[in-house]
Parts: sequence; C-alpha cells; structure tokens
Amino acid sequence: MSSPERTWKTIESGPHTYKEALHPVVINNYGKWKYHEIPRPGVLKHVGESGDTLFTVRAGTPRQDTVDMVRQLCDIADRYCDGHLRFTVRNNVEFLTPNGENVEPMIRDLEAMGFPVGGAGNCVSSVSHTQGWLHCDIPATDASGVVKSMMDTLYNEFKHMEMPNKVRLSTSCCSINCGGQADIAVVVKHTRPPRINHDHLSMICELPKAVARCPVAAIRPTVVNGKRSLMVDEAKCICCGACFGACPAMEINHPEHSKFAIWVGGKNSNARSKPSTMSIVAHNLPNNPPRWPEVTDAVGRILTAYKAGGRPWERVGEWINRIGWKRFFEETGLTFDEDMIDSYRHARTTFNQSAHVRF
Amino acid sequence: MEENKGASACGSHGCSHSNGGCGEKFLNPTPMLDELEKGPWPSFVSGFKNLAERTKKPMLRGVMDQLEYSYNTKMGYWKGGLVTVDGYGAGVITRYSMIKDKIPEAAEFHTMRIQPPPGLHYNTAMLRELCDIWEEYGSGMLTLHGQTGDIMLQGIDEANVQECFDKLNEKGWDLGGAGAGMRTAVSCAGPARCEQACYDNLELHLHALRHFVGQLHRPEWNYKIKFKFSGCPNDCTNAIMRSDLAVIGTWKDAIQVDEAAVKEWIEEKGVDALVNQVINLCPTRAISLEDGGMKIDTRDCVRCMHCLNAMPKALSPGKERGISLLMGGKNTLKVGVNMGSLIIPFMKMETEEDREKFMELVEEIIDWWDDNGLDHERIGETIERVGLRQFLDGVGLDVDINQVSRPRDNPYFKAKY
Repeated sequence: MSSPERTWKTIESGPHTYKEALHPVVINNYGKWKYHEIPRPGVLKHVGESGDTLFTVRAGTPRQDTVDMVRQLCDIADRYCDGHLRFTVRNNVEFLTPNGENVEPMIRDLEAMGFPVGGAGNCVSSVSHTQGWLHCDIPATDASGVVKSMMDTLYNEFKHMEMPNKVRLSTSCCSINCGGQADIAVVVKHTRPPRINHDHLSMICELPKAVARCPVAAIRPTVVNGKRSLMVDEAKCICCGACFGACPAMEINHPEHSKFAIWVGGKNSNARSKPSTMSIVAHNLPNNPPRWPEVTDAVGRILTAYKAGGRPWERVGEWINRIGWKRFFEETGLTFDEDMIDSYRHARTTFNQSAHVRF
Repeated sequence: MEENKGASACGSHGCSHSNGGCGEKFLNPTPMLDELEKGPWPSFVSGFKNLAERTKKPMLRGVMDQLEYSYNTKMGYWKGGLVTVDGYGAGVITRYSMIKDKIPEAAEFHTMRIQPPPGLHYNTAMLRELCDIWEEYGSGMLTLHGQTGDIMLQGIDEANVQECFDKLNEKGWDLGGAGAGMRTAVSCAGPARCEQACYDNLELHLHALRHFVGQLHRPEWNYKIKFKFSGCPNDCTNAIMRSDLAVIGTWKDAIQVDEAAVKEWIEEKGVDALVNQVINLCPTRAISLEDGGMKIDTRDCVRCMHCLNAMPKALSPGKERGISLLMGGKNTLKVGVNMGSLIIPFMKMETEEDREKFMELVEEIIDWWDDNGLDHERIGETIERVGLRQFLDGVGLDVDINQVSRPRDNPYFKAKY
C-alpha cells in the first residue's frame, strides 16, 4: 500500500478522544450523577448531585447505516442537542439534551424520519448482530435481514415497556456466534460435515493448522488424486465449522443444510442471578430468506410466553429457572428433543443431579 | 445480472425510496432485498438504495447485486486477503468477491475498522468529518457499530485505502484491531451519563488501548485478546462473556442509602413491592424488612446491582470504588462457551498511578500467555488447560477465595508438605 507521494505521517493514536464529544452538562456532572428515571418509553432523565437534569432520547437504527443516515442523525443532534449524540452497544442512537422541551419535538422528528423511539427499560431492545452475506467471509445467512424481519414483528415491544425486564436479542451467521449470549439468540447451526475441495486445499490451506483447529480430532491428512489434502471422519465431526475459518477449502455452509437454532437464557448482567449461558430450545429451522418466518415465529412464541408469565425483574433465564424447563416447553409450544441433551465437554453439569422433578 | 442493467422493472424497486423517476434507475432490480423494505423497523435496504441512487457509485450497485444473489442462492461470496496501510499489519478487513465474473462492480469491498471514542460518545462535527471522508474514498456504507466495537467503514478499493486512512488519521481516527493481537475495546456510557459507574472506564479505555497500540496494529500473539470496560456489575458491555479482560466497576464498602428516598419509594410503590421486588430478589438475602423499611447487611452483599437498579434514587454504590478484573470470557468455538472468571476482586482505579499499575499487571498477564499459550488459544483456554493456580503463580498474583465459587471437590493434588 506504500505510495511514494504520501506526505502524511501516521499518528498511532488508538481510540478517538472522547472529551470533546461530551455535552457541557455531561462534563459538569461527570461522575456525579445521582439517579435516573424513565419518564416514558425511550426517554431517560438523569439527575445530577448538582440538580442538573439531562434527557436522553433513544431510537432504533438499522445498524447497517449510510453516510446519509448518519448525517440525518447529526441534523437531529444539531437541532436539539447542541451537536451531541452517542450509540449504545445494541446499535441504538441516543440524543442528549438538558432541555426537557426538546424531548417531544425530537421524538416527533425521529419517528417522522423512521427511527422508532424506545429500547429503554422493560422492553425488547435492538438486536446485537453480525454481518452475514453482506460482508462476512464465512456466513451461512444474512444477519441484517433476519434482524429486520424480527424487529418488524417486535416493533411494538421496542416502543413499549411491557416486558417483565429488559430483553436482549442477538443473531449470528455461524456457530462462532459473534452476536453473543442473549436472552434469546438466533444462531446458525450447521448440520453436515464440511465438503472438501481436494483440488484447492493444499494450495490455500496450511494443513497442520486446519487439523489443529478441530475440537474433536476428526480431521486427518490424506492424499487425493496425488495431491496432499485433508479428510474428515464424519462420524466424529460435530459440524461446528471451526475448520472452515482456517481453511476455505472445507466448505461448511450449505444452502439447505445450514439451519437455524434458537437459544434462550443468556445473561451478562450480575443483577440477582450470576451471569448465565444460553440453552438451545429449537433447531433445524430453515434458513429462509428474505423474511425468515419460522425464526421470527419461534422468537415470538418465547416472548409471548415470557411476557405473560414473567414476574417483575425476571430476565428470560430467571423466569425459566422458576417455572422449569418442562413448563417452558409447554408454554412456548416448542419441543424438547434428544439433541438438546448436552454431549460435549462439561455435559454433566447440565444433567439434573438431584431428585427435583416437575410433573 | 449484467443483462438486467437498466431494466425498467421499476415496480419491484419501491420507487418511493429512490430519487429520480422510474425510468432512470441506477440500481438493478433486487426483488428479494426489496421485501426487506416493508415493515415498520428502519430498513437497511432502503438506506443502501437511497445512497446508491444519490451517489451512483458502481460499487454500491455491485454489492446490492451480490447480496441479492446470496439471498437467492443462500450462500456467501466473499473471501479474505491481505490489504493494510503503511506500517500496520491489521485493521483493514479484506474482501474480494468470489463471483466478480458475474458481478464485477463489487470485485473489491474492503472494510476499514475504525476505533470510536470510548463509550461511543460523539459530537456531530466528528461524525460529519468521518462521513465526508468516507463518502469521498469509500462506498458511504457503514456500521455503527460492529460486534468488535469498531466503526465499520464497509466498501473500499485497495487503491483508496491508504489515502482514506491518511485523511481519517489527520482528523484523529485510527484503525481498529484484527488478527492475533490486541483488539478494539468497548465501554459503556460510563460516568459521563450513569450514576452507577464505579470508575472512569472511558479514561482507562483510552489509556489501555493507547498503551497497547503497537500490538493492536501489528498482531504478534497467539490469538486475539480483548478488553471491555463496564462501569458496574450490570455489565452493559457484556464484558464477562465477550472479553478476555473484563474490567468491571465495583465497590468495597456499604451501599449508600438515602433514607428519605427509600421512604418515598415505599410510599409510592408499597411494602409488597419492597418485599417482592427488592428484598426477595436479593441473591444472598442481604436485605431484611425492618420497621417497614429496609436494612442491608453489607457483609452478605455481593454487589450484584439488583437493589440499586430497582431503587436508583434511594441506593447508590459505596464510596470506596474501583474495579474487578475477570478473565477468559469468549464464545462457543471451539471448547464451548467460556464465562470470564474473577481474577482480581478489587483494585483502585482513580489516579494515573492506578492506571499505570493496572497496565503493568496486564503486561505481565499477556507475557505469561505469550509464553504459555498455544497457537489460536485464547487466554481463558490457556488458563483452563494449564490451571488457574499455575496462571496465578506465573503472573505473581495472590490466591483469593473470590476466584472460585467453592473449594475443589476432589482430593487429587500434590501438596507442598
């Protein structure tokens, strides 16, 4: 990339500085906020020890944005927030203003532009997700499309605070699950071993690296048509796709056999129960673009049951802990099956090591 | 695809979303993607189409065609490669199209990862500068924000990468991490806009990522390593699950109680709510009902945050604040999900000296991992393979009962006696 006429000398500055990004009221109350309230969906009111107040209006974005969209958001921030805004880790945009009178017109303008105001408090917030077909090199699906389809059906749950507690969603386009652990996660599940391109493999892959990448030692060196290659013990293979990341000649994605699974009960917060990992509750759902109706239906069933049965402050996983997995499957209409019994490392920790039984 | 160019299939286009009349469409028909223009949630497809029709960038037409093709065939068509800027070994995610014979306009569509300000706090001048540079050199498509915590500037030709970077770098932007090195970090809103923040995570984020800036741009370790900085145990950055080094704010002394505000809360919501929604939900039964009010036994409190979340006006974190360090969080591949586990229960994090002391410790930790880890092994996996005790020994950290949920349940070890 070296260009001879280059005049700029790189400054390895790391993250962009943040102090100039903070609203003057934020600077004056930095580290001295006393409490906050949620006066209406999508609006936070922070009060400082100084007595200063700061209103935040939160809105959903597509996450896959454009410069035009970002400039629109900047117009709002210039009009109502003295040019200050921020984003949340779930891709919502937040506008910060000390002026309470700006809240209503700002909501009106955002909604008119198509950005729904909400996502705060006891509601379904926007989805943490991956890149998919748009830009990833190993995706089995398109996360943005799944998210758009899902959020269309959950639009009102984003805009109203009617859930027992906050609901975090994520989607991922492969089993690496870059979308992360969430109350409900939609994650690709491969169901067939990788298909190997023996003609290219030794030219584009480091064989020992691909062998070492397999968690169950199912990959072995071999020779095919006089060329060094790899073979997969298909009885051992757990269809994780780890080899594909190391070796593009071991294609794991398949238009029909790469399916979706639904996972529930992930929680990162330490509030009440310790943080928890997710459990699988549905799988073998089709990868069905452009609207993925089977996936949005399963997520909807879980949310309907949780909304009806969850007690105040219970996250999805905490609700299930109280009512038990048996009732969870009954109330969601999902089906527990033999594949949902863990067979991997630490499987025993998921067995019921007690005489506690639910009838 | 080629033969479709200029086709007047404007009914499938969603004319209302594009500039100009139906006869002058820049984009090719994308009937599958157009389905994602329906419904109330903001549509990324409409955004892309509007941008493409305004800027007429062939690359955008190409990427829409390729995405439409993926929606039809249910396969992805990008492969990686090696594109970077002078002196760096990471930060540009290289994407070449595998179907450039069919769709040549997006033959190259590289992403530049850009490190945002800690806490994702922006002013509009910064964002407008970023947008102007990106529109000049790249596609104008971007993600706020990627799962790594970066601004993802998506879609640029290799020929423009260096000059685009120079222009961004002049304005204070730098590339993010990729590969086997330090990665871009993530912070929550922090003390800028949260009463629960127990340390200045924004400042520590800036400090730590500047400290490791060389290893971020020139990856040379076993695998990736990530920081996330959450101001309190609510852990809004999902640090415990999503980072090797989870720096989570906490406090040591008693929760601060504003008695008048407690009374007000009970008057408003009732004693039932106090019992059912606060006292009964305390995971360690540290709160009891006393004379119609609440009493917290600090010795039983594990700083979970629930009562503070339920009564933000009445309860606040204690005064002796700092951080806990948890290590080893990572997702499924390949040994299963690893939740981060507690390594350092408490460290003060107020002064420049505190931050320096923390950086020295992290240097030690990474050195140990660099010496003992295997290729493609995250630090949590190394600790699990080698042993927590051996790790603590190796970096000179004290053993602490808080590092385990309980003492071991098997007798198989060699004691020193």
